[in-house]
Formats: sequence, structure tokens, C-alpha cells
Amino acid sequence: MQQSEIIVVGGGLVGAAIAYGAARAGAAVTLLDQGDIAHRASRGNFGLVWVQSKGAGFPRYARWSRDAVAYWPELAKELLDLTGVDVALENAGGFWIGFSDAEVQARGAMLAKISDAIGGVPYEMLDHRELKARLPAIGPKVAGGSFCPLDGHANPLKLLHALHAGLMARGSRIVSSVDIATVARRGDRREFEAISTDGRRWRAARIVLAAGLSNRELAPQVGLHAPVSPNRGQVLITERLKPFLPYPTNKARQTHEGTVQLGSSVEDVGLDDGTTVPAIESLARRAIATFPVLSSARLVRAWGALRVMTPDGAPIYQESSSHPGAFVATSHSGVSLAAAHAYALGPWMAGFAKEPEDFAEFAGERYLDPARSFSNAH
Amino acid sequence: MHTETADRQAALFASEEAIGPNTVRIQFEDRTLCVREGTTVAAALLLNGAGPLRTTPVKSTPRAPYCMMGVCFECLVSVDGKPSRQACLTTVRDGMVIKRQHGASALDLSDEGDRHGL
Amino acid sequence: MASEVDLIVVGAGPGGLAAAIEARKWGLSVTLLDEQAAPGGQIYRAVDSSTARMRAVLGEDYAAGALLTQEFMRSGANHVCGASVWNVGRDRKVNYLHGGCNKVVEGRHIVLATGAMERPFPIPGWTLPGVMSAGAAQILYKSAGALPTAPVVLAGGGPLLYLLASQYLNAGVKLAAVVHTTGTGDYLRAAAHLPTALRGWRDLRKGIRMLQHLRGHKVPVYAGSSDFSIEGTDRAEAVCFTCKGRTHRIETPLVLLHQGVVPNTQLSWSLRADHVWNEAQLCWVPRTDDYGQIDDSGIYIVGDSRGIVGAKASASQGRLAAIEIASKQGKLDPAQRAGQEGAVRKQLRANLHVRPFLDALYRPLDSHRIPAQESVVVCRCEEVTAGQIRGYVAVGCQGPNQTKAFGRCGMGPCQGRLCGLTVTELIADGRGVPPGEVGYYRIRPPIKPVTLGELAGEAS
Repeated sequence: MQQSEIIVVGGGLVGAAIAYGAARAGAAVTLLDQGDIAHRASRGNFGLVWVQSKGAGFPRYARWSRDAVAYWPELAKELLDLTGVDVALENAGGFWIGFSDAEVQARGAMLAKISDAIGGVPYEMLDHRELKARLPAIGPKVAGGSFCPLDGHANPLKLLHALHAGLMARGSRIVSSVDIATVARRGDRREFEAISTDGRRWRAARIVLAAGLSNRELAPQVGLHAPVSPNRGQVLITERLKPFLPYPTNKARQTHEGTVQLGSSVEDVGLDDGTTVPAIESLARRAIATFPVLSSARLVRAWGALRVMTPDGAPIYQESSSHPGAFVATSHSGVSLAAAHAYALGPWMAGFAKEPEDFAEFAGERYLDPARSFSNAH
Repeated sequence: MHTETADRQAALFASEEAIGPNTVRIQFEDRTLCVREGTTVAAALLLNGAGPLRTTPVKSTPRAPYCMMGVCFECLVSVDGKPSRQACLTTVRDGMVIKRQHGASALDLSDEGDRHGL
Repeated sequence: MASEVDLIVVGAGPGGLAAAIEARKWGLSVTLLDEQAAPGGQIYRAVDSSTARMRAVLGEDYAAGALLTQEFMRSGANHVCGASVWNVGRDRKVNYLHGGCNKVVEGRHIVLATGAMERPFPIPGWTLPGVMSAGAAQILYKSAGALPTAPVVLAGGGPLLYLLASQYLNAGVKLAAVVHTTGTGDYLRAAAHLPTALRGWRDLRKGIRMLQHLRGHKVPVYAGSSDFSIEGTDRAEAVCFTCKGRTHRIETPLVLLHQGVVPNTQLSWSLRADHVWNEAQLCWVPRTDDYGQIDDSGIYIVGDSRGIVGAKASASQGRLAAIEIASKQGKLDPAQRAGQEGAVRKQLRANLHVRPFLDALYRPLDSHRIPAQESVVVCRCEEVTAGQIRGYVAVGCQGPNQTKAFGRCGMGPCQGRLCGLTVTELIADGRGVPPGEVGYYRIRPPIKPVTLGELAGEAS
């Protein structure tokens, strides 16, 4: 039986960032993590730090994304100074690539709509020639694209490591290999208890559920609704290559080490994180259509990972009204939103700051509205 | 074996077999090597004092063949312009051009735009 | 479009060849995929094109491999050589590269016989040019008639080390030294297995003869040695070791290392078969039924890739799997089967007698598997050191897959083949738990590198 001010259930990118932000604000934090046995959606994150196209039809989410990315450099520097871990942030802009004029036009319309709705997300639409001037390796099948100067990419695994190291540097406790099955309020005391499948218990005045797919079962235990489901993405990774791609694109980026990451599928296959030959071959074809030079690049590894997906693809952030002090947090954009999770959610959920503005829009009950329909198209 | 001397180290291995009538001429860096047909590139290079076949992408450390069976991936060379070929799994062919690999694979950027029929 | 055959065999070593031959006997259609240009795997490599001189140097066991390769060539199996298998699925489809083209074949059953590879030997200097494995040296001789030009040092332990030394003596190669780790402690440990081993007395006699051969040529042999390291800046210059309390340094540009072979488990891990840590052989072995089947998959593993058993036992396992598969396909009745299987099982038992003794006698040193020195490179591809990996454990890394959050260990082209066992044992050592609890890398396709162009179906 262990006491602390705030428990965060789930040590992936979302949970670790919130926990870090809470610790930074002064809370005594205990992070409970499944460790190596977890599905670990974080390891499947593509690594984009992305603004363009986020929140189409959901202006609050678009604003949240833009603000989160604006604070990313500060978070990266802070983590480097505190832990020595360089999360390899590059944020000189990013490209979306389109293969038909219709696709490019639709893209332009969507980006205009987002920008109008929230008052300015800078972007440029480019035709093939203009795109080729910026990305010389683009192939002839590319029709055009969009560029946003706010976009970038980072290393998701290093970010996870840095957040964990940052938590330890700030005196927080991380407990690994823990599988939380039950969360409950203790009697009429404003205290919550998390109980693991092997019977260990932790208590605190506040609790944050950031347990990825497990949030589905945990959230209702504190009066919250988090209808998340697994969505598989398959990704290819090449050998290290000499630098040829200076900016990330939505489906291909060259990492800091020189490997090229190519993605990704969107599949509804339950909890299967395996790979399939048709997807691997399809991703390879798309990669070569985008950058023909990649034809002679060697594929070293293909992997699948399970995104934690909500019905509309947007986050759920909510304090329970029936169980004040209990929160749920889920998003599949754990890299892009990391700074917002750390600097806004952490302090709020730990009781050091107010709930961010207009946050009712991120409540889980929105999915229960019969008048609305949802799509989490990527 | 008839070779033109350039940066040559003493060969660590020598073949007890005569090259015979079926020889193959390959280019390694600035040298022309005469090799018995059917030899792997890795064996051919070891028999001709090639020294290191590559430098690593991480710390530019020199590396040479280790396992000779395709498991260690140390013997990566460029073969006819294609990078990262395992020399121990590649059989010599007349006119083959082999170069050391320095660091990460270099894609042939002059090639782009020539792709067709995908 | 996948074409279907009754049996796909991957690997043309003794296990694969024997499985193919047996399956053909019962009328199954067989496609055998192998990376090399000719059958034989590594142990019988190039045996069909070998000269009389080579066969004399390499010994009668090698020469006898030709019986198997030639029987295979007559069997009517479809032999696809130069095939690089990059994926095997639970749907029993095998994807492979052949002539630069990406191909697929589907089998009603599959036999995987991908053999063994050398155990990694993480000592200081093992990545220097001029350091190779003993197996590599044998391949050089078998495939190119290549022999060392200068006096060479053989270092490590295990039967293959002595076999190579003996073969080199046959070929007239000068051996500067044979430095091995087998000492009194090993003999004592192995003694318990001697009674069983004596039933495989022919195998024991072979070993004794090899040692006599070395003595007869007055090759300097340093027994019971330890603390190996290799000196040199850009290439190997000398090998250093401790023997009988003294340190030794032998100058040499070529060091041949060997401390046993381990199963090549890339395919079995990628199929998500359960694996068990085998403490006697210090490696992971896939969990299978008695015939080698993984779960109910219709995929069978035979030979050294299922656990080190040697060439003859691999062939027996290959035959057993084929008998089981032929039976499942209705190609032989129980009476036929009982007779065949009985004979093969007897052969298999006979060939396994000596194994526990060899495993105990030639157990590699802990310090040569779990490096104490921080600077020893463990992951050769990404140049990650033992010290770095121990550091990851100190900050909470629980297993090999988590090392990816800390560094690039295991993420290079060899995908863990040369570092995996070391990383498992290093983490186990750091955490104070058995290796079986630590686990192994998650292995994913492609098992062999393919270019994106090949995957996309571009002809090269």
C-alpha cells in the first residue's frame, strides 16, 4: 500500500508526458507502467511532429495541435538539459505528398478550411515542379503536395526514454511490470486506489488513466467513457542511407540516423500487431512512387503496431464529474502533442492549474451523441 | 594472380587451386583482379589483399568479412553501383565493378526520374 | 500468384536434403529453396565440385556428404538454388528472392532446415579486419581452395576448432597456435555424461584422433586458456590470453575464433514460435513436437536450427519430419510408417549419444559470452558496447526489445544474429535473473534483406 499525490496509470508517451508535466509543476508522482509486456503503442508512433491537417472539422483540436507543436522545441531542450537525451527534433517544416490533381485539390480545400476556422495555420500548396524544387528526390508520379513550416519530426523512442529519465531526475517514482486491472475511489475519502492483477495497491488523491487500449475497461470504473480501439499500422524501415531527404513527409521520413521510415497502413485487425506481405509490398511500391531512388535501398525490418484510436481520431481529455480527481487521457499523437501533455495537462491534472479552455469538447461523452457520426480517417 | 598494385595489403589467404581456363576479370577500386569462375566476391577480395571492405556508418570503423555465410553483414560492398551487397553471397561475374562502402549506403541520386513502368 | 506444392523445404544442409529425399520417396511434390548455388549447406558446401585433394584435406565425413547431395539431385525435387527466403508465414506461404525477382510459393507443409551459425565471440578486438570465425575459414577452403598465407592462430573451443586445425595440418598450413578454453573443470563437468557418450564411441574416437594429430605435428596448444583479446588499430595484429597463470601474446594478422555453433532461429522467432532457453547449450531453441512441428502450424523445424545435434542427427530429424508429413498427406499407411520411423529413430538416438558430453565439455566461458570489459562491442552493426548495454539495465531496461528506447542495439542489418544471445545474457546478468526470463529480440520480416525495388516487383 503506497501513497502519493498523483498516480498516472500507463507509462507510454501520453502517460509519461503528463506525469512529467505534473512532476515539473511540483507534484509527487507515481507512474505505473506495464513495461515490456505492454502493447506499447508508443513504439509504433511514426515520429511526426505535425500540425497540418490536424483537426479538420474539429477546430479545438486543430488549435491544440498547433499550440502543442509551438512548445515542442522548449520541451526538447528542457529534456536534453535535464537528462542528456537528445530526442532529435527537427522542425523546419514538413510535406504532404499527393498522387493526383484531385487529391491535391481536396487537400488544399481542407487546409484552407482548418486555417480559416482557427485563424492561421501557415501552409503552401505546391504543384509537381514547385515540390521538386524543394524535394529533388520526388518522382514523376507525384502530382503535388502541401508544405507547412510548423511541421517536423523527432525520435519517439528517445522521447519516451527522455520522459522516463526526466521523471526520475525530478524524483518521481516509476514502477514497471505492473498491470492495473482495477481503479476505485476509497470510501468517501477523496482518494483513489489502483490495484494490479497481482494484488499490489497504490493510493493518491488524484489518478490519471493513460493506459492506452486498457483505458476502455478502466475509464468506466471512475465514471468516464473512453471507447478506444486498436488500429494497426504497418511500417517499413530501411538500412541507414546517406542523407537525401531533408524534411519529413506524411508517409516517409529519413531519421536522424539515416534510416528511412515508410508508412503506414490503417487496418482493423483487433490486437494483431503482425505484418502482412501485401502491406509490405504496397508500402514499398508507394515509397518508390514517391522517391524512385529508394528502389535500391534495402529493407531491414517491417513492423506493425496498434494505434490507440478513438472514433473520431481526436483525443479524449476529461476529469470525471462523478469521481472528481480522476482523469482520462488518450491520443494517438503522443509525439506531436507531447509538449501540450506535459505543460498543460500535467499541471491541470495534478491540481496546479485550471482546466484548459473549451476542454469540454474533448469529453468522452461526445461519442454518445446520437446526432453525430465519426470517422477517424487518417 | 595478376593484379595491378595500388593500396595492397599482404593477402591473408591464397588459393591452392590454379585459376584455370575459366577466369573472370573484376574491378576492385582501381585494381583489376583475375579470379577463378565461381568464387564469391568476398573470397576474391581476401585472396587479393583487399584489406577492409567498408567503414561503418556509426564510427567509420574498418570492417572485413567475418562469417563468410551471410549472417554477419560485415562484407558489405557496392557491386555494379548497387550499395550494401553482401560480398560472401555474390559470385564474381566478368566485368563486375566492386567498390568499398564508406559509411551508410549511398543512393544513386542521378538515377531518379528514370524510373518507369511501376 | 502462389503455386502450391506438397512440401516446401528451406535449406539444403543435411536436415533439408534428408527431408526432401524422404518426402520424394513417398511421392510428395517437393520444392527446396536454398541460398547457395549447390546443395550441401555449410557443412557439405561445394562437395559435389570438390577435388580429390580437398576431400583428403577435409576428411571422410565431408566427402560422405556427397552421397546425400547426389541422392537429392536424383530425387526429382524441384531445387531452387540462389533463393533468399525473406519471409515464411503461418499461411504456409514462403516469400523469396530469386534472380532479383520477388517470388512466392505455398506449401501444404513446410520444413525449415536453416541450420546453425557460429556463436558470437564478444572479446576486445573481435571486430577487427583479420578476425574471422573458424567456420568462415572452412567455407573459404571449401568454396575457393583458400588457405592462410601466414601462420594462423585458432582460438576458442569446441570440436570444430580442432577439426579445422586438423584439416589445416592435412593441407600443410602452418599453425602458430591453438588456444582453447577447455580445462580440468570442463572435463570434470563432462565426466557425468561420459557413459552415454561412450555409446557414441566413434564420435569420441574422432575427437581423440584430431587431438593426437595436433600433438603429432607439435602445434603449440594452450589448454585451459581464458581472457582472450585481440590487439590492433585498423586490423588484427596479435592475440593475447592467459594460460596457466601467465599472459601470452602471439603476433598474427589472422585470428580464427570459434566457441561452438548455435541454432539459426530467425525464422522460428519471426513465426512467433515459443522458444525455451537451453542452459546446456546456452541458446534459445524453438518449442516443437517430437517431429519438429511448431504448434499446429504445419511448419516443421529440423536439424541444428532446432537445437545443435550435428549433421547426422539433422538428417534423421529431416527424415522423421518427412515421414510425419507424408503420413498426414495420406501417402503412407501406419504399417509402412512404423517400420520406417523405427529405423530412423534408432539412427537418431545413436547420433545423439555424444551430444550432452560435448555440450558439457566444450561449454564456452562465461567471460567470453558475457563481456566484463565495458568497451567490448556487442552489437557490431551499430557499435553498441557491453558497457552501454549494462548502462541501459541500470536505468531500468528489462529486456532486449526495450534496448531500442536507449540506443540502436539490434537494429542494424544483421537484426540480432551476432548480438542477440549476448544481449539476452548481459541483461540477465545485470538483472540477476535467468536468460529465459529476459527473452529475445522480436524478429520481424524480412529475414534477409530485400530492396524496396525487389519488393515492388521491379525486375533488376
